[in-house]
Amino acid sequence: MDLKEKLISSFLAFENQVEVNSYIHDIRSQAIKVFEEKGFPKKREEAWKYTSLNKILKEDYSVFPKQENALEYKDVKRYFIHEIDSYKIVFIDGKYSSHLSDTTHDSMDICLMSAALNKPKYRLVIENYFNKVAGDESITALNTAFSKEGAYIHIPKNKLVEKPIQILHFSTGNESALLLQPRNLVVAEENSHVQIIERHQSLTSNAVLTNCVTEIFAKKRAIVDYYKVQNDKQDASLIDNTFVHQKQESHVSVHTFSFGGKLVRNNLNYYQNGERINSTLKGITVIGDKQHVDHNTLVHHKEPNCESHQDYKGIFGDFSTGVFNGKVIVEKEAQKTNAYQANNNLLVDDKASINTKPQLEIFADDVKCSHGCTIGQLDNRALFYMRSRGIPEREARALLMYGFANNVLESVKIRELKQRITKIIATKLGVDIGFDL
Amino acid sequence: MLQIKNLHAGVEDKGILRGIDLEVKPGEVHAIMGPNGSGKSTLASVVAGKEEYEITEGEMIYQGENIDELSVEERSQKGIFMSFQYPVEIPGVTVTNFIKTAINESRKARGEKEMPANEMLKLLRDKSELLEIDRKFLSRSLNEGFSGGEKKRNEIFQMAVLEPTLAILDETDSGLDIDALKIVANGVNKLKSKDNAVVVITHYQRLLDYIIPDYVHVLMDGKIVKSGSKDLAIELEKRGYDWIKEEVNA
Repeated sequence: MDLKEKLISSFLAFENQVEVNSYIHDIRSQAIKVFEEKGFPKKREEAWKYTSLNKILKEDYSVFPKQENALEYKDVKRYFIHEIDSYKIVFIDGKYSSHLSDTTHDSMDICLMSAALNKPKYRLVIENYFNKVAGDESITALNTAFSKEGAYIHIPKNKLVEKPIQILHFSTGNESALLLQPRNLVVAEENSHVQIIERHQSLTSNAVLTNCVTEIFAKKRAIVDYYKVQNDKQDASLIDNTFVHQKQESHVSVHTFSFGGKLVRNNLNYYQNGERINSTLKGITVIGDKQHVDHNTLVHHKEPNCESHQDYKGIFGDFSTGVFNGKVIVEKEAQKTNAYQANNNLLVDDKASINTKPQLEIFADDVKCSHGCTIGQLDNRALFYMRSRGIPEREARALLMYGFANNVLESVKIRELKQRITKIIATKLGVDIGFDL
Repeated sequence: MLQIKNLHAGVEDKGILRGIDLEVKPGEVHAIMGPNGSGKSTLASVVAGKEEYEITEGEMIYQGENIDELSVEERSQKGIFMSFQYPVEIPGVTVTNFIKTAINESRKARGEKEMPANEMLKLLRDKSELLEIDRKFLSRSLNEGFSGGEKKRNEIFQMAVLEPTLAILDETDSGLDIDALKIVANGVNKLKSKDNAVVVITHYQRLLDYIIPDYVHVLMDGKIVKSGSKDLAIELEKRGYDWIKEEVNA
């Protein structure tokens, strides 16, 4: 039985074990039909031309982990940004860990999707927002069909959440191969502000495939800063689907830092529904070996006077492959749009490759849209210059690469996170230098 | 300190240096002058360790050690510094970050500990004052958008911080106005001691009014054809190089 059949046949069993709220039941049933019809994405689809899921779908994934597993904080502390005080929503093999978490219901809800899906008091929010922006791409539909657990974040009007929220998904390797499908919902009401850090972390070399869906709703003047730290083990793969729905004057930024994992596909979609909206999409990718990272972005400008800023930097070594596919749609009504897109790449080994494809569809006539992509190599003159000051070749290369990518870190508002990312980059490049900002 | 013996070097079969002999002792300042294309910058690059150049004959002995086979970073770590004629722009790497890395990597290579942060801060502050460099300058990307003068001043700033034993200044004066020239020369003079040495490569005598050489050498067609005192430089400024060419040919 292949994975698709296995998933479809286990859907009934899945629905039996969760409480059936008819509203959610209908959405799930509809979604499994969509998945059954479309199946996993194929390379012949334009959006998946350079990313093949074939290999990772061959594993015999356990779809529902059988036992609950525990972890001690001291053993996983290093995966948290532990230097700061934060709310924490932590999952172990797909199950909520109250032991590692620090949630709240005090004047806002920073808690669990399972609770939100089942308890009547969340019903209105769920009916208004759940699956309202996620769409029905096959892989997203698959997540919707099995949506059960994840983070539920609801920030009321005028609330400034002082501590960042960390969402962590650990997999312990108790199953030889595990499929995880977390489902997150973030609703930031008018004039609220929230910062979220998300990380998926496998703790062993057993195969893990995570198919995550996050819906973010930013109401009028809300600010949401979302950071994705992707530095997973070699046998872990991630398909991360994020959908952002913005109202007027809201600012939403998503920073994606991709360093680890076997295959990572980021589907990041922004839908602007109001004027003077600001959307920021940034990323740093540093990979080697046979790693593959694919950034697939969409910004849909529907109304006038909005902005979007995309800046993705990629550094590819060894046999690694990268993809950047950035689509910007500017509707006829969206006059005075300012849309900027940049994708700059360094290939540091002969066998590494990148496919980059900007797609602009502009129907308005009074707009400022720019895009640019570059693919280059390290500048030998710069390397010689650095080495002539006593910096060994490896460190000189690392410093040049860091210099190439670090402007993306300027918009990271959490200092400790910035330091962590910098440290991960140094480790990834095999050097022990304290790049500073 | 540095002995260059019968050095022949070039790029891909093309000989540029054709038998250089030069000895530099601690405490000395040497000036190397010569017409365009005579091999001055090549000599600086070969001593610094640029890999494109192949040494076909002769040798370079630095502090008693043959350095022909040492990498550019190893030479730097041993105290050889070359200021670049055209310093490279490196976006995203600040002057401070670059210098800190250079100091600490050199220290690590010598088996020493990294420099404590407060000591580093003081060093950068003192040396930037010496070269009249604005502190803001230190947090800018290295050489990016710097004027010609700022680039050169930044080279000497790096030299001041790294405190080399042997400094080779490759046309540091080009692109400098007279005030910047004075600041740079003043910096070099303050760094001079009886234990280190400076080799100044220049087209013009102008710089040598401020950095006074003990010896002046004339390089032509890859050879040192004439050596003398600082008066030689003044004579070259007046008469050009043709008379030396005639002398050599005779």
